[in-house]
Amino acid sequence: MAFIRVSSPHLHRPLSTHQVMRYVILATLPGLATLTYLFGWGSLINVLLASAFGLVFEAIVLKMRKRNPMPALKDNSALLTCVLLGLALPPLAPWWMLATGSFVAIVIAKQLYGGLGNNPFNPAMVAYALLLIAFPVEMTQWISPARLLEHTPDLVSSLQAVFGHPQIADAFTMATPLDGFKHKGELMADEYWRQNAFMPEKVWEAWALSSIAFMLGGLFLLWKKIFTWHIPVAFLGSLGLLSLLAYGADASNFASPMIHLFSGATMLGAFFIATDPVTAATSNKGKLWFGAGIGVLVFVIRTWGNYPDAVAFSVLLMNFAAPLIDYYSQPRSFGHKKPRKGIKHDA
Amino acid sequence: MSTTTVKSYQEISQDGLWHNNPALVQLLGLCPLLAVTGSVVNALGLGIATILVLVGSNLSVSLIRNFVPEQVRLPAFVMIIASFVTCAELLMQAFTYELYQILGIFIPLIVTNCVILGRADAFASKNPILPSVVDGFMMGLGFTAVLAVLGAMRELLGQGTLFENMQLLFGPAAESWKIVVFEDYSFLFAILPPGAFVGMGILIALKNLIEQKR
Repeated sequence: MAFIRVSSPHLHRPLSTHQVMRYVILATLPGLATLTYLFGWGSLINVLLASAFGLVFEAIVLKMRKRNPMPALKDNSALLTCVLLGLALPPLAPWWMLATGSFVAIVIAKQLYGGLGNNPFNPAMVAYALLLIAFPVEMTQWISPARLLEHTPDLVSSLQAVFGHPQIADAFTMATPLDGFKHKGELMADEYWRQNAFMPEKVWEAWALSSIAFMLGGLFLLWKKIFTWHIPVAFLGSLGLLSLLAYGADASNFASPMIHLFSGATMLGAFFIATDPVTAATSNKGKLWFGAGIGVLVFVIRTWGNYPDAVAFSVLLMNFAAPLIDYYSQPRSFGHKKPRKGIKHDA
Repeated sequence: MSTTTVKSYQEISQDGLWHNNPALVQLLGLCPLLAVTGSVVNALGLGIATILVLVGSNLSVSLIRNFVPEQVRLPAFVMIIASFVTCAELLMQAFTYELYQILGIFIPLIVTNCVILGRADAFASKNPILPSVVDGFMMGLGFTAVLAVLGAMRELLGQGTLFENMQLLFGPAAESWKIVVFEDYSFLFAILPPGAFVGMGILIALKNLIEQKR
């Protein structure tokens, strides 16, 4: 092993915003590729269309705010928001849903609050939550994995489905594992799994595979030090622990930890959405609380709430709480007094 | 109580409708404002009831303003307001029963609408009868205008129609007022409470923009 001599200075140049955003976008590619392979062209069309809409809206709204749109467009942040939105939306979502989503994310959730760095809520998740509330039917219909169907939607019919023939998309959709489990009715969990007609093994496999692809992308970002481990670990840890306890106590009524961790938007949320530096808590201790809070909320909303998946709502709720968490988790800097906790009227 | 400068009727009207609009500037009465503005007819129904209560309470408060000791004025005002709300509620039950059922709890809740107590305490308890009545009417009109605009915005965005079900308020002749702007259209978000918050924010921004341009 050779000793490499590195001469001073040993400081690294910090990554600029557009580099960070580029890394994160690159890290979503394995997930996007897996989704495209398993579910057909839908996700790719989603991402491309949402990005196109998003960039146009960003340029228009910056013009209206009398700012130079070029720096903001080049920092890739709008692109990243729209990529994440496109990944979160069900494949073959109609184009007007993508347009509405991009508009809400970029114009309302980001620029109206003052642009990048000033938005209190994760823009992609604001748009997702709005679409889920506004179009619950379209938003809970996921396309079934391509390998499951004899005839997969090819590129042409996918485009047709996106631009105006939703009935084409209807032919290919089915419930997600989380959605199916929520609406299993009176069935016990093991009975439900035995009824392969509702949720065949392959669907579950497809969801697990795409979750793993997102996890790999997230681990790449962790290795690149784009974010620290605190939020994903706290999120996945608390969600895993809670679902394990519930599953251990009553396996016939609660979904297993595997379903919680490896289906729905858990991995996408843990590595790409909750780690958004603008809207998350800032100190390491605060990040642990922030991540754990999301995990708990995801479990609670998925188990007892009305909507099948809960990552968007949980992230938004913890975004609300982030300033409070920051306030109570200020680290002590060396040589200074302990940070104040709570509101004290001294001096 | 301090003596207030006497305002002209024109100033009172401008205050109520624009400069000191209860919904856009004072941000009072937001709860019913956000809750019932899903359509124009609901908004107008609540708005008209609010105008009635405001005029009545301002009139009565102004009448008794010299007899009520300051320490107990708020309970006295609330009693007056509550009786007028009861009147409005009974009137709506009698003449617009279906609308009354749609608006439900928000009619009795007019009692707690801060606009009304606010005007009673800030204006009617310090001013003669006629200005108080004008103030109540103009404040109510300003509130109703915002309700109606927000209702129209949300109805249009939410279900693509305007003036649907106006017969609930204006009799069978109003049934034909309905305008269908977009066929087969639905955007649930605008009808639900979050849509009201966003719509309200846009209206306030618009008002500020117009003020700025002047």
